[in-house]
Amino acid sequence: MSDLSDLYQQVILDHNRRPRNRGKLPTANRVAHGDNPTCGDQCNVYLRVEGDRIAEISFDGSGCAISQASASLMTTQLKGKTAAEAGKLYEEFHHIVTTGEEPAEISDLGAFAGVHTFPARIKCATLGWHAALNALKGDPAPATTESHTD
Amino acid sequence: MPDWKKIRDDFPALHQQVNGHPLVYLDNAATTQRPRVVIDTLSRFYERDNANVHRGLHALSMRATDAYEGARARVAKFINAAAPEEIIFTRGTTESINLVASSWGSANLKPGDVILLTEMEHHSNLVPWQLIAQRTGAKLRYLPVLGANVEGGLDLAQLDALLTPEVKLFAFTHVSNTTGTINPAAELCAKARAKKIVTMIDGAQSIGHMPVDVRAIGCDFYAFSGHKMAAVTGIGAFYGRQALLDAMPPYQGGGGMISNVDFFESRWKPTPERFEAGTPNFADAIALGAACDYLDGIGRDEIARHDGDLARLAYEKLSVLPGIRLLGPKGERGGLVSFAFQEVHAHDIVTFADEDGIALRGGHHCNQPLMKKLGLTGTTRASFYVYNTAEEIDVLVTSLRRILKFFAGS
Repeated sequence: MSDLSDLYQQVILDHNRRPRNRGKLPTANRVAHGDNPTCGDQCNVYLRVEGDRIAEISFDGSGCAISQASASLMTTQLKGKTAAEAGKLYEEFHHIVTTGEEPAEISDLGAFAGVHTFPARIKCATLGWHAALNALKGDPAPATTESHTD
Repeated sequence: MPDWKKIRDDFPALHQQVNGHPLVYLDNAATTQRPRVVIDTLSRFYERDNANVHRGLHALSMRATDAYEGARARVAKFINAAAPEEIIFTRGTTESINLVASSWGSANLKPGDVILLTEMEHHSNLVPWQLIAQRTGAKLRYLPVLGANVEGGLDLAQLDALLTPEVKLFAFTHVSNTTGTINPAAELCAKARAKKIVTMIDGAQSIGHMPVDVRAIGCDFYAFSGHKMAAVTGIGAFYGRQALLDAMPPYQGGGGMISNVDFFESRWKPTPERFEAGTPNFADAIALGAACDYLDGIGRDEIARHDGDLARLAYEKLSVLPGIRLLGPKGERGGLVSFAFQEVHAHDIVTFADEDGIALRGGHHCNQPLMKKLGLTGTTRASFYVYNTAEEIDVLVTSLRRILKFFAGS
């Protein structure tokens, strides 16, 4: 159970059970859809971008605990961030889920460090992030995990 | 009565620990394990008889040719085809259906024609028909499924009305890989045949689990994979009624399938060679023949009873778990159960069960349109074979209880 306890940390279980910012955002001016054709996970990310900043963010979709908790946690992390900051945060997150290294600063994102021992689940963890970054770019094409190298 | 315990010992891969627990292999609908005799047949062929088949005049080539054509005859007997020439070796069910869709479809479909499918088809009996429909201008039509969890199977009451004169082909699965539903294949074929409609059956989930008699069923095409019936990957076959095969153009061109080649045109060999361009997968075909012997040694009536009993037992034991949604019929079913929980996603279940040494499959099972219709994103599937036991179902239920508790608790 040790690897699994690392994978399904309390933070992840909590976000899975009580997702934050879940649902459509009526005031959204950017939307992107992400899907993982391998497992059927889906995630929509809704943004209201004001100037260069994410003023509001929400998500909906369906998938495993990892994908849903990751999207939920992501919304709490991205609110108020600029596109550049969001990109940097994603890089940090990607580093955490692929290497298992804890973040330099204390952050809930560290809860996803256990993902790295389950390579098949890395795409679950990054699905929402891909959709969010696409929404920020205003890219109308759906984000699919198949077009990303992770 | 077969000695099931002894049968289990025939499968080397089962006797191992996974994550500190004895392996409980319940992913047989995806691929079964292979018995020692199949593995040995394959290695013995490579060690003693390996040479390219046909056209060869030396000893090894003749031995290989005899073994390959012997395997064809064995497969023909396995499904009671009228002649070995009605068996075309392919890579599996998917390639078989693609071959028929492309070859038969290009010669027989025109704009306005209709291909009738069912809502429970695997992508492999759906996408090839979409492709040929796009190429020929034919349209697709679907026989619906009955009930919120497909407990009623196909809506057979609608079939007559859907079999209109525009329908040229009716393709359906014998056993659903997602719900375990066993379709009344003979009845469906009889209705189609009465209207001169060609029938194609996806036998991927039935071939290794029950007696299959293509002439009793009365189908025109029947496709299946070796690796789902205790043989190896990369080999499968389909049955085609001789008269239909004779009128079909080649699927691929190359060596082995021509009777005469000029610079600008060629003539084709008769079936089965016409559909087997290039060096065929003879070694794996021979292993498939060995798997036919192995399964008939147990008895396919016995296997059907064994796998069906396990699936019904699993259905019953799982049905008491809180919040479970079980798909497919309560009674008679193929050797699998498929289920979903509101609170826990299939992939989380599969990951946790693996920790207990249990191999399950979670997801849409290449059945996305059906999942959408049922309002599901995926299910968890436990599928059984000759070596599975009632005790393994108890291990599964215990593991699921632990998983549910983990996700519901704290």
